[in-house]
Amino acid sequence: MTLFLEQMLNGVQFGVMLFLLAAGLTLVFGIMGVINLAHGSLYMIGAYAGTWIAGETGSFLLGILGAFAAAALAGVAIEYLVVRRLYGRDHLDQVLATFGLILIFNQTITLIFGRQPLFVSVPAILDGSIEIVPGLEYPLYRLTIIVVGLLVAAGLYLLINKTRIGMLVRAGSTNRDMVRALGVDIRLLYTLVFGLGALLAGLAGFMAGPIMAVQVGMGEQILITTFVVVVVGGVGSIRGAFFASLFLGVVDTGLRAYLPGLLRHVLAGSEADALGAGISSMGIYLIMAIVLLIRPKGLFMPNS
Amino acid sequence: MPPQTEHSSRRLLPALAVLALLTALPSLAQAPGYTAMTTLATRVLIYGIAAASLNLVLGYGGMVSFGHAAFFGIGGYTVGILYQHYTLGEPLFGFIPGTNQLLITLPAAIVVSGLFAAAIGALSLRTGGVQFIMITLAFAQMLFFLFVSLKTYGGDDGLIIRRANELPGLNMRDKQTVYYVCLAIAVLFALVLSRIIRSRFGNVLSGIRQSEKRMAAIGLPVNSYKLVAFIISGMGCGLAGALMANFLRFASPDMLHWTKSGELMVMVILGGVGTLFGPFLGAAVFIVLESLLSSWTENWQLGLGVILLFVVLYTQGGVQALLGRLRRRA
Repeated sequence: MTLFLEQMLNGVQFGVMLFLLAAGLTLVFGIMGVINLAHGSLYMIGAYAGTWIAGETGSFLLGILGAFAAAALAGVAIEYLVVRRLYGRDHLDQVLATFGLILIFNQTITLIFGRQPLFVSVPAILDGSIEIVPGLEYPLYRLTIIVVGLLVAAGLYLLINKTRIGMLVRAGSTNRDMVRALGVDIRLLYTLVFGLGALLAGLAGFMAGPIMAVQVGMGEQILITTFVVVVVGGVGSIRGAFFASLFLGVVDTGLRAYLPGLLRHVLAGSEADALGAGISSMGIYLIMAIVLLIRPKGLFMPNS
Repeated sequence: MPPQTEHSSRRLLPALAVLALLTALPSLAQAPGYTAMTTLATRVLIYGIAAASLNLVLGYGGMVSFGHAAFFGIGGYTVGILYQHYTLGEPLFGFIPGTNQLLITLPAAIVVSGLFAAAIGALSLRTGGVQFIMITLAFAQMLFFLFVSLKTYGGDDGLIIRRANELPGLNMRDKQTVYYVCLAIAVLFALVLSRIIRSRFGNVLSGIRQSEKRMAAIGLPVNSYKLVAFIISGMGCGLAGALMANFLRFASPDMLHWTKSGELMVMVILGGVGTLFGPFLGAAVFIVLESLLSSWTENWQLGLGVILLFVVLYTQGGVQALLGRLRRRA
């Protein structure tokens, strides 16, 4: 039972990470209509910059600031130099241009940091684990990620629903042209939203540092999963992204934890492990395919 | 009458010149320093077939599929799996005997990838826009992970095909022979594709890209047209994958990786979306760029990324359009 609970918490932690990425991605798509494959690169940039600074200075806090600064800078640069030219282009151009950006960022990072993954240890203050329920020791660091993620979700909720900027964002995702016609500086809004998404991606990348290896290619791995989240939740819907990330995070973690064991009842050990790993990797894609077949616009979108 | 026909005589000459050059290429490649040309050209032809197939849905049908590497990989694995069962001597699923005959494996690869394309296409075409991009990617990812997990067929490491498939009367162990086989198939494929594109079916497909609503309003079954195009395109990619497996004597999950889907799209856009020879040109540009840049630096993808960005942002219609514009200016 405690093992199950621990796996569920791991799932929530993964889901929260996905949400940090998906929030930016879904906003950028919902408001600007741009498919940004390079969103994963912002995650990678945040991870590298933060991990490197934290390693050099020994300060986790400076690491966070560095991750924020690097990711936001890269994000605004991408928006200004490339993405701005892609509004109104068709999806093919967007996919290919941002695919080009992925290649550029991956190779640049390889040139700067080499091919060896970077490692960073959990800061002393968050090291160790605490007993959540009797018999369940859970790492404090992972718990912190969950809390940070939920705080960000709450903050985004307030920002989107209670502030003027949020109102413009909501209006922009419903009817872009109308917002522009009403005299809102839509370019500034775009840059803001893109920068915000980049910040969150950088934060996610930095927090992932101590639990996953910081390496080139980390961005794409999680990016594709994030796209699944965004599409399942409904493109443009933050609420959808939130529930879809938690759901898919838990399902993915659960499958990885339990499927090989279940298969071992019917197959030989090594084959069961390989097949189990394969099928659990397929799980979220299968869910996405099913969701799209039933609700082609995603779960949290009105079907028009 | 489709407007292309009046230009066809003007287009025939360059096409014949290119064909003559391609035929003479292995002899030219005998010159010292150019021995790698033949293998390079073989890869260009194979990727050209795959890119041209993708272009049928991407350029003519306006469906942005981000999962065509799946069909490429299925074609490759069909060859590999049939070969493995041939060497082991035990039939696949208990009743399909393995084989190493190209005349059987190629049609088999085309049929199998066509079946997968029919299933994936029928499901995916229920969505559109960004959802279509993502669901095709999702299906490709599923198949990718499936092949990674199939230990019987090499899993992560891929499937080694010790000897290329046999073709009666030809020595398929000779690189030049393989090149000529690929050239013949590519030419045949381009002819078939040009017939398809100029047919009524091709015109309807272009119409759907321009306005799906109008085509539906005329009373055409839009979805069936799209599905058939998707299946043909999957079959073409399967054919290319089968050739690639024979050429490399290797089939691996790498063939289905999502970056491979991306690369095929890059070839299409480099050459020019919605043109018959564009994708072949794009494949040539891509492969030559890859080998040139990677001989300079191991970070060749940086250069590729910059070029790709430039092509997408500043040239409308890829290399072919660029050439056309230069020709007009000259």
